[in-house]
Amino acid sequence: MAGTLDFSPDDRYNAFITTCSTAPFSGGALAGIAVAVKDNISTAGIETTCGSRILEGYIPPYDAYVVELLRREGAAIVGKTNMDEFGMGSTTETSAFGPTKNPIDTTRVPGGSSGGSAAAVAAGLVPMALGSDTGGSIRCPAAFCGVVGLKPTYGRVSRYGLIAYASSLEQVGPIARTVEDVSRLMSVIARYDPRDATMFDRPYDHRPSADIGGLRVGIPEEYFGEGVDPRVAKKVRDAIGVIEDLGASTVPVSIPGMRYALAAYYVICTAEASSNIARFDGVRYGPAVDTRKSWHEAYQDIRQEKLGPEVRRRVMLGTFALSAGYAGRYYAKALGARQKIRQDFERAFRDVDVIAGPTMPTVAFPLGERTDPVSMYLSDILTAPANLAGIPAISVPCGRVDGLPVGLQLMGRQFEEERIIDAAYAYEQGVKA
Amino acid sequence: MVTESDIEHIAELADIGISRDEVPEFTRQFNAILEYFEILDTVEGESAPAGGITNAFRDDEPRPCLSQEAALANAGSTEDGFIKAPRVM
Repeated sequence: MAGTLDFSPDDRYNAFITTCSTAPFSGGALAGIAVAVKDNISTAGIETTCGSRILEGYIPPYDAYVVELLRREGAAIVGKTNMDEFGMGSTTETSAFGPTKNPIDTTRVPGGSSGGSAAAVAAGLVPMALGSDTGGSIRCPAAFCGVVGLKPTYGRVSRYGLIAYASSLEQVGPIARTVEDVSRLMSVIARYDPRDATMFDRPYDHRPSADIGGLRVGIPEEYFGEGVDPRVAKKVRDAIGVIEDLGASTVPVSIPGMRYALAAYYVICTAEASSNIARFDGVRYGPAVDTRKSWHEAYQDIRQEKLGPEVRRRVMLGTFALSAGYAGRYYAKALGARQKIRQDFERAFRDVDVIAGPTMPTVAFPLGERTDPVSMYLSDILTAPANLAGIPAISVPCGRVDGLPVGLQLMGRQFEEERIIDAAYAYEQGVKA
Repeated sequence: MVTESDIEHIAELADIGISRDEVPEFTRQFNAILEYFEILDTVEGESAPAGGITNAFRDDEPRPCLSQEAALANAGSTEDGFIKAPRVM
């Protein structure tokens, strides 16, 4: 089975930066299925911008390994989805190509940074999509758009060809309307690749099972505290009640390191970004730099013109956090906090199999509401800890507040995607029944 | 607290161009973020490397790579098969 898929969607939500009107496909596990790919994942022959003007016109000469795997299994790559510029945002509003709108309510943000992927799936333009998650960028838009999104264990999916933002935190992962499709896409992309030196050879081959009798579910008090909308917390507690009715038990757990998780996350991701974003200088790719100018002048000019304020702010913050005299106070402390958070999760996972809480502290907020960086950063409070700890986490829809979707987040031990997928699947099937 | 001149200095270090008009806003936002980072002062102890992880070394042997043509295809400015960069001196 091979052919081409015609794809000309009504993209009223601005979910795509690029669409491929005729997408070739072949035989395999995903034969002929339309898959959208976040625009920071390299696709040979298809423009890849990371939502930034500094990569406008860039046509990757090679496929990311996850894209190679998609093609090998027959998927039709139908387009590249909108995102916050270089993944730096939680709403898809920092994209240089305009914000994506939430298909559930077009006056609201879809979440981010993989907002285009989640919106394309929620709007029914594609059945599944790839996103990437550095501090919540798959789970946040999945929650806000009412779809399922999985951030894999750090090292389970190849980052080869994922354009780097914060290398120690990010993973490529699946977004779909059902847990079963998320699991299906995960089984295609989770394959060992020696070109990503941080990978483990732990392929994912699993079919979801709703049998969760005896599962121990940890409930961290920190996930239901200050800043979490009580109506969101209530929906999530109700969802956990459904999981209990299916044979699981709940156990209170504590992640005390949560209090510095967000600060640690923002120090680490900006520090890594300051190094990773340095390659975008208009020399090897993207709009051409003026080679008649001096080195520093040319780079400063093109970055001012082509990078948005949030990217420039984060590169500057990271440069500052790593600079002589401040690295000890910020970067070293952030690494210490990260270790404590990892240990908190390890301790909790001695007593429980999965940890449950809300994905986001609120439902999707109005477009244009959070213009202040700190208020924007605060929305990542419940998702960033899983990235710091390197553990897998899934968001599954669990009802609505004021007509807007709420996500239940389930986190697991490293390399135990199978268990959180089963718990999410059991919940999804339990609610449907 | 960082000052406006600190912000200009950091932008220089990072080769990030910022305009004069942006400096006050960046300074204000930077200080709000750094205030939020103060919680890190309460972290005790140093970070130790995580256990169970080893370096992923390989032999330094040539392997297939992009052709010169493919590697140059996205460069804004090339000459005689080389990428042209801004002048250093």
